[in-house]
Amino acid sequence: MELNELYREVILDHNRHPRNFGRLDPADALANGHNPLCGDKLTVTLRMDGDAISDLKFDGNGCAISVASASMMSEAVKGRPRAEVDALFDRVHALLTQADAPSDATLFRSDGIGKLAALSGVREFPARVKCASLCWHTLNAALANLQGAAPSPISTE
Amino acid sequence: MSTPYNVAQVRSDFPILSRQINGRRLAYLDSGASTQRPRAVIDAVDYYETQLHSNVHRGVHTLSQLATDAFEAARERVRRYINATSTREIIFVRGTTEAINLIAQVWGGVTLQAGDEIIVSALEHHANLVPWQMACAARGATLRIAPIDADGQLQLDQFLAMLGPRTRMVAMTHVSNVMGSVLPVQAICAAARERGIATLIDGAQAVAHETVDVRALGCDFYAFSSHKLYGPTGIGVLYGREALLEALPPWQGGGDMIRTVSYQSATWNDLPYKFEAGTPHISGAIGLAAAMDYVESLGLKAIAAHEHALLQRATAALLQVPGITLQGTAADKGAVLSFTLAGVHPHDLGTILDHEGVAIRAGHHCAMPLMDLLGVPATARATFGCYNDNEDVDQLVRAVVRAREVFG
Ligand SMILES: Cc1ncc(COP(=O)(O)O)c(C=O)c1O
Repeated sequence: MELNELYREVILDHNRHPRNFGRLDPADALANGHNPLCGDKLTVTLRMDGDAISDLKFDGNGCAISVASASMMSEAVKGRPRAEVDALFDRVHALLTQADAPSDATLFRSDGIGKLAALSGVREFPARVKCASLCWHTLNAALANLQGAAPSPISTE
Repeated sequence: MSTPYNVAQVRSDFPILSRQINGRRLAYLDSGASTQRPRAVIDAVDYYETQLHSNVHRGVHTLSQLATDAFEAARERVRRYINATSTREIIFVRGTTEAINLIAQVWGGVTLQAGDEIIVSALEHHANLVPWQMACAARGATLRIAPIDADGQLQLDQFLAMLGPRTRMVAMTHVSNVMGSVLPVQAICAAARERGIATLIDGAQAVAHETVDVRALGCDFYAFSSHKLYGPTGIGVLYGREALLEALPPWQGGGDMIRTVSYQSATWNDLPYKFEAGTPHISGAIGLAAAMDYVESLGLKAIAAHEHALLQRATAALLQVPGITLQGTAADKGAVLSFTLAGVHPHDLGTILDHEGVAIRAGHHCAMPLMDLLGVPATARATFGCYNDNEDVDQLVRAVVRAREVFG
């Protein structure tokens, strides 16, 4: 377990310069995520084009892992139909939690989203898994809000 | 002449300190969350478990008597530690949180009326905030927050000005678990008592670091946890002035707290048992008593002086690191050092420090409103205990410098 496996250059870069940072207004859906353990808070706004996410922004305050994860997620899901986003969510979740999940970037690279593999170091730091998954849970909540469900804050605690 | 404080000797009393973390020497700087246990406590609990255990206050057999004697001796040990008048004033509970809830519910239930006021400080741990919010909500009372200054000290004048005809309770921390400020508890309690207002002091962060004399402090209630005083988890103490406890109804019902029971009704046992329903944490009380023996054998004055020197060393060294901001700079400060590092979230700092063998706490420290007041999502917090040494401090500072490098 080495620090540079957690704080890979890609992650530090996305933390320093988060992509798609801000809020869409108007947006088709908005959701707030909160990790009470460390105080991480983030808001995801998105716009849809039919069944696909046409645009997405996030903002908030969090540790490097949560900011970088949200930033990379924002790049990865833009333009994707919901079924692909759901599949991606499952794979990221496995990457973060399962010791034997494929961590080499090839699996992701085939989809043109290899960067997300940089998060594989997180699973060696169990206390930080929730930091990396907060944005995905928040995205799910935003997508659920599209169905007209009342917006409810999502918490990873 | 007292002998100089021998921290190497103290360290050797704590078995856990010799283990490694991530292949590195452990610098345990999280005693504010929970202290480690000395061999004396581990042995006392072990002796109880292997030689004395039975239920207390129940049987005529030898073990029951031995267990009861040890349990009640622990109560007397606690009484002496905080200089209470009588063991009738020492209630064993699960910890600070339970002690405060007990008073908020039982005292609040018979005392609070709509329009009454309770005052807490802006520094409070959730344990000394939420129970009062609940009591106020249940009774239609109002919770008021006494402000702090930029250093993290209670603004005494403003607090005094808040005391009014409807104030019923002042509940405040003795030492802030976030900013380290030592509150002027004596002045707070004197002002309240003059006006017939009850006081509860949250001593969780005080009892391991300074001599606590509940009579000299002049408080009505005092709460603390064993696990922040080198004792076991799951046990703590509620001190209450006898006259006040006597006047209160019981809290939980069950065994031990009764004198007589019929199918329809019951009468209550005497203090302190009236507030101790069910089988208590016997080994915990015995471990706590051993912890108090241990702490007093080192001397609270000596511990405080040692911790203060560590605090000063750490403060001076951290201030040399570019980007460090200290949260809590009161003149009178306990063994707590909260800080933030520009560009590095406290959570990342915590992970990097842990990787270097340095255990600190990173987060909101169960004081979310205080984080909002300070305008930070979280802080990193190093807290000191009797076993910390200069190497712990230096390891902390090196690790913080390393975190800056990682985030370059
Ligand atoms: C000031 C203060 N009050 C109350 C508590 C709660 O103590 P416990 O969790 O042992 O009940 C703590 C512990 O974190 C504390 O620091």
